[in-house]
Amino acid sequence: MKMTTLAKIRYLTCASLLLLCFTVLAGPPPATAQDWVKTGTNLGVERIRLALADFKPASPDPQTPALKNTFDTTLYRDLSSAGIFDMVSKSMAPTVAPGSPQEIRLKQWSDAPANAAMVAFGAISVQSGRIVVYGWLFDAKNEQSPQVLGKQYNEAATQDNARLIAHRFADEIILRLGGGLNGIAETKLYFVSSRTGAKEIWAMDYDGQGQHAITHLGQISLSPRISPDNSRIAFASLSRTGWAIRMYSMDLNRLISWPSAGGTSLSPAWSGDGTKLAFSSSRSGDPEIWVADAGGLNARRLTNFRGPDVSPVWNPKTGSQIAWCSGRTGLPQIYIMDSDGGDIQRMTDGGYATSPSWSPNGQFLSFAWDRKYGPGAPGGQDIYVMDVASKRWLQLTHDAGRNDFPSWSPDGRHIVFERVEGAQSEIWTMLADGTDQRALTQSGNNSMPNWSWK
Amino acid sequence: MIGKQLKYLASLVFLASLALAVGCGKKKTEPPPPPPPPVVTPEPTAEITATPTVVTAGDKVVLAWRTTNATDISIEGIGAVSAEGTQTVNPTASTNYHLVARSTAGSADATARVTVNTPAPVVSTNTDLVDENTFHQNVQDVFFDYDSYDLRGDAQATVSKDASFLNAHSTVKVVVGGYCDERGSTEYNLALGENRANAAKQALVTAGVSPDRLRVVSYGKEKQFCAGHDESCWQQNRRGQFSLDK
Repeated sequence: MKMTTLAKIRYLTCASLLLLCFTVLAGPPPATAQDWVKTGTNLGVERIRLALADFKPASPDPQTPALKNTFDTTLYRDLSSAGIFDMVSKSMAPTVAPGSPQEIRLKQWSDAPANAAMVAFGAISVQSGRIVVYGWLFDAKNEQSPQVLGKQYNEAATQDNARLIAHRFADEIILRLGGGLNGIAETKLYFVSSRTGAKEIWAMDYDGQGQHAITHLGQISLSPRISPDNSRIAFASLSRTGWAIRMYSMDLNRLISWPSAGGTSLSPAWSGDGTKLAFSSSRSGDPEIWVADAGGLNARRLTNFRGPDVSPVWNPKTGSQIAWCSGRTGLPQIYIMDSDGGDIQRMTDGGYATSPSWSPNGQFLSFAWDRKYGPGAPGGQDIYVMDVASKRWLQLTHDAGRNDFPSWSPDGRHIVFERVEGAQSEIWTMLADGTDQRALTQSGNNSMPNWSWK
Repeated sequence: MIGKQLKYLASLVFLASLALAVGCGKKKTEPPPPPPPPVVTPEPTAEITATPTVVTAGDKVVLAWRTTNATDISIEGIGAVSAEGTQTVNPTASTNYHLVARSTAGSADATARVTVNTPAPVVSTNTDLVDENTFHQNVQDVFFDYDSYDLRGDAQATVSKDASFLNAHSTVKVVVGGYCDERGSTEYNLALGENRANAAKQALVTAGVSPDRLRVVSYGKEKQFCAGHDESCWQQNRRGQFSLDK
């Protein structure tokens, strides 16, 4: 009797595992199959319903309307793209602009049709060339003690600062309501753009604003990787002597020297503590993964296998593992190894898999995968996430161009990537479950995005 | 018996003195008088000329000299010479040809200076010897299969021809460029292009071309040769390209 029950349990366990495998493998998975990725990416299953009131213009200065418009738009977009809010649409929200705690009537916001759990509001004014913002976050269902957050900001009155204040206030709200994780509204994206001719390293805000060139080398520069402390960008650049790792100081606004050992060096990657760089180098005759100090010294080889080895990335949580892309068995596959080169595991089971990025919590890899790659094959190149421990994966992009170079946001809730449609290559962002895809660049060819660490 | 022996000795002495007279005849304009002459020996004279006196390195210079009354004649840097003669030299630097003639009565010397102008340094022997057209007619690119960096049979044959040209022009240096088609990932294609260029380089090395003459650069899919989006274009782009390293 006892044995039978055990056997039954075993049978049921196997069956459910099989069912699980089936659901994962069977194409577009049902919503329930995404729970593991939602939980792991801090996106949560239940979103907080948040209302954002238009901020009250509190000064007659003629600059106010334009700055207020930028502020409102930016704050709404920051909050709605955070991935943790169910935003009350403007059409459902009361058409009032409470400028202070005295002016807000919470019931207006907590009742239908807004049904907000939280409401953000405040006032914006321009006083003698300064932009002054008061912002509050109130719990709409707690009339007794509603204040969650109250902030004041004061900056020179420019459009950039209107955006900056909105980003900061958004990040405060996200930090408070998003499980203690810092928001990403003040983070930067680094990428490659050829809009001035040669492929140079560019930067922009996380929402696509403020795009500007960092390098002006007139060569081909690729694979920008910002250091964890935002002080340096490592990248690869083609000069007359071949591909070398170059280092750009954000503090000095110029290139700083980084030793070249000859041979082709590609795809640098910072360790999470900023003390080491992993990269691909063919100084020994074949492209292999190497690790050096951040200054380029004490280089040592981790891999030793004929064929392309490229695109390393560290596990940012532990610093003890490296994922990379290797063609040692034919088409490129994703592998992981210990950061001393030991314990190599193959992660993908076929197709053409490249460009790994490791999630900040260490749980997931994201990468580009064409599962039916080959001449004449119908496959597309899409972005996937894989749970490292179980090797379960989820496809994030579908039927839209060729997608490559995913890079995780520091909060683990977003992924930025490159999408090529026709001859046009642009930078896109999405939530880490594949929803809410938006283009960040619209002009020129832009590729290989890299999300800053903070 | 004794008379016969004396006659034999006398003939030996005569032969020896004859040989001596003939041997010394080269060095002396006049044969010495048979008995030790008490007369005064004239002092030696020496003259030397170089034609031309200004040359560039590697050019021929004819030295001509004449001496009289000397028994010991030499030119510094050349050694002992006959009393008069000519010799062709190839000085690589400016040289003083110093002729010394000695005899028991004294010595004489003469000097001819040859100035050697150093030629302008050669900027590039490569392009001087083999121009782009000749190079590309004789050193042809190799092509690869999809996602492969192994040399195909046709590529092996191409490399053999390439290598024989390069072995015959041993100063030519070559850039081996690795290229990929437009499909797939940028970073991976750069590594794949590196493997392709290395494979082409290694084939040339195996065929006898010194690795010092070969420089590998991967271009991945950064510099597409053919801009189309079909297999014929992709095949043209999957190549190891040889070009003159200037």
